[in-house]
Amino acid sequence: MPKIVLEGLVKRYGSFEVLHGIDLEMEEDEFTVFVGPSGCGKSTTLRMIAGLESVTEGEIYIDGKPVSQLEPKARDLAMVFQDYALYPHMNVAKNMSFALRLQRMPKAEIDAKISAVAETLGLTDFLHRKPGELSGGQRQRVAMGRALTRDSGTFLFDEPLSNLDAKLRGQMRAELALMSQRVKKNMIYVTHDQIEAMTLADRIVVMNGGYIQQQGSPEELFKNPANKFVAGFLGMPPMNFLDGEITEKSGEIFVQGQGFCVKLSQQKAEAARAHNGRSVTLGVRPSDLVYDPAAAEDQSLLVSIIVSEYIGAQTVLLCDCGGQKVEVELKSTIPIDRNGQLRFAINPDGVHLFDKKTEIAL
Amino acid sequence: MSIANKANRLTPYVFMAPAAIILAVALLYPIGYMIYASFLDWSPSQRIGEADFVGLRNYINLMHDAAFRESFWVTVKFAAVVVTLEMFIGVGLALLLDRNIKGMSFLRTIFILPMMIAPIVVGLMWRYMYHPTVGIFNRTLKDWGFEGIPWLSDSTWAFVAVVMADVWQWTPFIFILSLAAMQSLPRSALEAAEIDGASEMQKVIHIKLPLMLPVLIVTLMLRLIDAFKVLEVIMVLTNGGPGLSTEIVAMRIFRTAQEFQELGEAAAMSNTLLMVLMALTIGMFAYNKMQEGRAAKMQAMAAKGTA
Ligand SMILES: Nc1ncnc2c1ncn2[C@@H]1O[C@H](COP(=O)(O)OP(=O)(O)OP(=O)(O)O)[C@@H](O)[C@H]1O
Ligand SMILES: [Mg+2]
Repeated sequence: MPKIVLEGLVKRYGSFEVLHGIDLEMEEDEFTVFVGPSGCGKSTTLRMIAGLESVTEGEIYIDGKPVSQLEPKARDLAMVFQDYALYPHMNVAKNMSFALRLQRMPKAEIDAKISAVAETLGLTDFLHRKPGELSGGQRQRVAMGRALTRDSGTFLFDEPLSNLDAKLRGQMRAELALMSQRVKKNMIYVTHDQIEAMTLADRIVVMNGGYIQQQGSPEELFKNPANKFVAGFLGMPPMNFLDGEITEKSGEIFVQGQGFCVKLSQQKAEAARAHNGRSVTLGVRPSDLVYDPAAAEDQSLLVSIIVSEYIGAQTVLLCDCGGQKVEVELKSTIPIDRNGQLRFAINPDGVHLFDKKTEIAL
Repeated sequence: MSIANKANRLTPYVFMAPAAIILAVALLYPIGYMIYASFLDWSPSQRIGEADFVGLRNYINLMHDAAFRESFWVTVKFAAVVVTLEMFIGVGLALLLDRNIKGMSFLRTIFILPMMIAPIVVGLMWRYMYHPTVGIFNRTLKDWGFEGIPWLSDSTWAFVAVVMADVWQWTPFIFILSLAAMQSLPRSALEAAEIDGASEMQKVIHIKLPLMLPVLIVTLMLRLIDAFKVLEVIMVLTNGGPGLSTEIVAMRIFRTAQEFQELGEAAAMSNTLLMVLMALTIGMFAYNKMQEGRAAKMQAMAAKGTA
């Protein structure tokens, strides 16, 4: 199956530049997920790969061949559109079989394929309805089904599960994960959903404002975010950021800010030593903060609760730490003093440092 | 019920009153007058009160009038031929010109010009072009070494000639309506078809035409009704001739009233034409209703589906 390469991809609408030079290499049969805030250019990138938007500058290679001048149908791909793009005058079965009918596949084969896909998507009862007679979530599943009946080299998904309820979304996610293991295809997937991105992706591409911020495996991005944006974007609840300054005291390196002074681990200290005195942002995920009244002062944060959100087994606490906001998680069963100050130990490996101005990881 | 309440309920009728009065005076009165006249033996020299009441005689005469039947047949043939040609050419042009090339909006404006010219002028213009010796068609044919064509003096060619003039004038109507329909098609469905591997032709056949169908059917109906009533262009071009070859019903009615001075008979003809057009119009509305009904049913089912 083909490998897809984007080289210096630029997209301009008139004089308005939407993408500023996207460079990306996707391995064969890789599941690539694009994430990023609304309007950052995910759909545009996907549509350029599909051939629905012209390429202003740069080139797209599929299997080593430049394709930016090729028609969509010459690129051998299937796509799930963000707005479904169903054929309004065809019923569900006809919608899903359109491509197969154009290829003159035998009817029996088409029927078998459609009923199999309809089965997995829970659409069996709707095969004879028109799109206008379906709910949003049902339509989205039809859009998904239309792509899944195809036998293309590359699958493009533009937020294919955004309109489903939580349970159905979970099912579909599992179904997709299964499928991506079973059939080896290139998959490019756009989503806003952290969990989808983390669970499905071989490679996550984080975009913002028409630039790629970072790309790599979910683990890489989660553990070593390249900048503050990526760090804040991945992970739920999001990473906490505290402004501070790097200081050196008797050979040890600390980050000191309003209401906290945290000693860095050996390894982090190596990197930070050169930046002594610099203003930095300290990033630490809620999952790296553990409630521990007995923790050492320079290995912990002392906070007071502003709001507590009970979400079942866990409680998320929005706290104040020297005038800056910090979110922490806590087992709901742990008894705490809601009005007093709480001490949370910091996992030394969970400390991230970003330059305050450039926001790039140190 | 309080006075204020009553006044409130009357308000819509008050607003509707002017329109209702105009409708009654300008539409119902003439039609009623015409229906009444169709039961009379009435010549233009008489006042309507002096005419003899003859019951259905005018209608019975019509049925036995070979000339009227001939003109009715000519009308049907004319309407069928021009509307078919106009639909094919109009929709075809719209399909070809539905793209964003520079200067396209200018081109589109040019295309709809014929529709804006007064029918009498169109008739005169084409009469000069069909002129046996100095008309552009025959001059061109002769330049190329062909025989000239007796455009308006041969009964077959005369029919062709009026068809050509009508197609020239009214194809733009279908063109702009189908272009509008085409531009409101869901772009994303067309993109999906492209991804699904449809060629340009397949997109037209499987996506564009089916989605445009409702608009096309209404357009067809409107054109058909209009084609049944055509008069001016043919009057100027051939005056119904040669023989009865281009004498459409409207022409026949005109002559019955003007030349034969049979106002009752002319009224009966008008009513017959009116009934045919009425049937077409009702057909069109019925189609619209059917479409709406289907859409409503779909929505109801969709609502049930989500519930
Ligand atoms: N046809 C267009 N003309 C001008 N600007 C456009 C056009 N289409 C998209 N844009 C702009 O390009 C940018 C990227 O749009 P895009 O649809 O790729 O965003 P996205 O990342 O998919 O967002 P979302 O998550 O909301 O779907 C947006 O700022 C948008 O306003
Ligand atoms: Mg999008």
